[in-house]
Amino acid sequence: MPKDSGIGASSKRREDVRFLTGAGNYTDDINVAGQAYVYFLRSDIAHGRITSIDTSAAEAMPGVVKVFTGKDFEGVGGIPCGWEVTDKHGAPMQEPAHPILAQGKVRHVGDPIAAVVADSLEQARDAAEAIDLDIEELPAVIDMKAAAQDGATLVHDDLKNNICYDWQLGEADDAKVNEVFANAAHVTTLDLVNNRLVANPMEPRVAVAEYSRGTEDYTLYTTSQNPHVIRLLMCAFVLGLPEHKVRVVAPDVGGGFGTKIFHYAEEAFVTFAAKACNRPVKWSASRSEAFMSDAHGRDHVSKIELALDADNNFVGLRTNTYANLGAYLSTFSSSVPTWLHGTLMAGNYKTPVIQVNVKAMFTNTVPVDAYRGAGRPEATYQLERVVDKAARELGVDPIALRRQNFITQFPYDTPVALTYDTGDYHGTMDKLEAAADLAGFAARRAESEAKGKLRGLGINCYIEACGIAPSNIVGMLGARAGLYDAATVRVNATGSISVMVGAHSHGQGHETAFPQVVADMIGIDESMVEIVHGDTSKIPFGMGTYGSRSLAVCGSAMVKATEKVIDKAKKIAAHLLEASEADIELKDGQFSVAGTDKSVAWGDVTLTAYVPHNYPLEVEPGLEETAFYDPANFTFPSGAYACEVELDPETGKVSIEAFTAADDFGNIVNPMIVDGQVHGGIGQGIGQALLENCAYDENGQLLSASFMDYAMPRADDVPFYGVDHSSQTPCTHNPLGVKGCGEAGAIGSPPAVVNAVLDAMNSGGKAVDHIDMPVSPSRVWAAMNS
Amino acid sequence: MAQVSMTVNGVAVSGDVEGRTLLSGFLRDHLGMTGTHVGCDTAQCGACVVHVDGQAVKSCNMLALEADGSEVGTIEGQATADGSLNTIQQAFQDHHGLQCGFCTPGMVMSAAALLKDNPRPTEAEIRHYLEGNLCRCTGYHNIVKAIMAASGQDVGSIAAE
Repeated sequence: MPKDSGIGASSKRREDVRFLTGAGNYTDDINVAGQAYVYFLRSDIAHGRITSIDTSAAEAMPGVVKVFTGKDFEGVGGIPCGWEVTDKHGAPMQEPAHPILAQGKVRHVGDPIAAVVADSLEQARDAAEAIDLDIEELPAVIDMKAAAQDGATLVHDDLKNNICYDWQLGEADDAKVNEVFANAAHVTTLDLVNNRLVANPMEPRVAVAEYSRGTEDYTLYTTSQNPHVIRLLMCAFVLGLPEHKVRVVAPDVGGGFGTKIFHYAEEAFVTFAAKACNRPVKWSASRSEAFMSDAHGRDHVSKIELALDADNNFVGLRTNTYANLGAYLSTFSSSVPTWLHGTLMAGNYKTPVIQVNVKAMFTNTVPVDAYRGAGRPEATYQLERVVDKAARELGVDPIALRRQNFITQFPYDTPVALTYDTGDYHGTMDKLEAAADLAGFAARRAESEAKGKLRGLGINCYIEACGIAPSNIVGMLGARAGLYDAATVRVNATGSISVMVGAHSHGQGHETAFPQVVADMIGIDESMVEIVHGDTSKIPFGMGTYGSRSLAVCGSAMVKATEKVIDKAKKIAAHLLEASEADIELKDGQFSVAGTDKSVAWGDVTLTAYVPHNYPLEVEPGLEETAFYDPANFTFPSGAYACEVELDPETGKVSIEAFTAADDFGNIVNPMIVDGQVHGGIGQGIGQALLENCAYDENGQLLSASFMDYAMPRADDVPFYGVDHSSQTPCTHNPLGVKGCGEAGAIGSPPAVVNAVLDAMNSGGKAVDHIDMPVSPSRVWAAMNS
Repeated sequence: MAQVSMTVNGVAVSGDVEGRTLLSGFLRDHLGMTGTHVGCDTAQCGACVVHVDGQAVKSCNMLALEADGSEVGTIEGQATADGSLNTIQQAFQDHHGLQCGFCTPGMVMSAAALLKDNPRPTEAEIRHYLEGNLCRCTGYHNIVKAIMAASGQDVGSIAAE
């Protein structure tokens, strides 16, 4: 029987009521009395030198408060990068400056050059057109391999080349890797592209800042997944402000998917300008502006080689990847192609020798950073495509080949720096085979063929590393931040509870799921527990939400803090019951003395904590506890996905006929929410596989800068999904045994789709072993007719 | 500046707007009704869908002055008089048809317009009708399911919750 409350229940989301009635409070809904509006004049060329900029005409325009250029930000810090990657020779990555407004050069279409603050947005926009600007256009650096050549045009004149780092993980001895490949019975090689994407949360980014001369306090409202991180970065590295004078609020946030992790220039600008103009300043991105200023995702070009022995065991894996970082280092960009990508190349398989090589490139494009999955989709896509290709080349069943090479013993130390704590890859594959009715595929294929269509089945597995991770380890790997989280459990006198958490909810349903945990631990109704998040003036210092970490890390902090509360409450209960603390049990909201009928209710104990008349002298009054939780390891969700496509050989059009996901997320707090997270990830993964592509031309013009040009998945591009989460191997090192579920769908789905398309084409007698994403009708038709 | 008058959710309103003021801007900035969201600038995303004289309209694609004299319905007017959710809203909550909530007002308004014309749409009809409403969170699964449920159809056979 499904539970109806607490851990394991599909409690309906309490946040839905405000969202369904138009009562949400998103950043663009916030207007501060007297606010001015900023419009950014952005570069319309990819690469150029600013030779002159004259703002005098703009300053004289109606309503203009002030016009800012790079000159106003000389001496102000730039946007910092939060992860220093060390290259394979031991040298630190090349780290260029990232100014708030362009200093001398523009480096991508959308790079902000000037900012006009005016009484209205229209006035600001009109005035921006009056800025007299001369830019000497320079050759655009777009192609990554060309950018890596000696003598290539430099994106940053003060760097020695366009290579941020040349990084390696795994087997460092090239001769050993070469020997494995030389001795292999079979080698499968694949060159592929992981297409550049734009996260496109439906809410564009917004920032509103106000400053009080009376108190010297700032408040910044911003569309962020991690308000404390934004405050720290902006105060410590950009504007040089004391944190206690700056409040950062991320209210209701309309989706993030990674792209709202990062500290952006616009946030720092409005904070700076609010003081400089002595007026609140608001910026709201248009969607077109979002396309050229939000950090993009993916954009890897890779060669992967898989070596197998005569029994089809994987014996070696080597990858060579060019990873696009864009024009500047965004907050976590350097970590994505390295520690979030190379470490995942073992996948679900016991390949003994792995070497991962990554060259990270500066180009004249928008910065690239984490997008749902962040490095792990790029790893999974390469690995699961090459495994499928190997199965085709060897004429073996792709599931059997995978099963044969599964890791089955845990904990398992991979050759690429991770220790998987738990998993059951055979069990999860069993679930997939049943849930997707793979036994019935042949009949479904026959039905499609009777209609003149080709039907393909694509399978893949994935492993991801979530709940990032022990601070001491990530620190050794170059992280410039700790990656713990925090929660404060404040019990009110009458027994209701406010939990202040470092995690941020922007669609994940924390306001519903987190109280399920606390209520379950105490045995009270979920409605008595409320989550407070998104405001640095209210919550403890936590690192926010990304990397599928909220419940695994922040939830663990919440459990620890709740345990402290319960421990203290037991002392009070023991006093009230005149019993030994060791004999006190808490169940269903009642403290009782073991083996007796003596009990006292949760509410009576909490009231006593705040009205401590009859009270143990050695115990402090009040009932409020904080815990910080730093995990001992990553968590390792895994899964197996199946996609069935129907392909029209006449047009090349691919339709997704069925998609089934079997995931192992360990323990699950709210199954309804977890299923929804997987649905959303699959939708984005299908989008990447079939539709989405962020395209630049050779001059660095962004060709896909609106929803007219960038093909977002729509309701009729996708089917109902089947999901099965009954394979559960709990995480061994966090108190809830949870692993995280936010990114799985986006990691596991693209290779399943592309493998299915290739299967369909091959079933039609066309020996096609590769096609790049997005698998558009024109690409399919070309492959079918080549 | 020109004066514009209309009823919004049954209440007469008026204001002075520029010729270029969009209906979405009038609702959000002049009336403070921020339930209607703006997610793009090319009339693609549908977060701003409202009803104008009974028709679903993208309010970012209509001038406020064009709605002069019209009856406009927004997400703020969808709940029943006592504040409880209407059938469509309730189905969205029951079937987890929303996550971040940003596209939700447009989805609910579009769904209401669909069900007015087609009280029992098929899955394919719903998916086709929602082409003008983008959602980035749900993969559409639970939105389609919620609309089917709101129309009285049994969604129990749709495997995943």
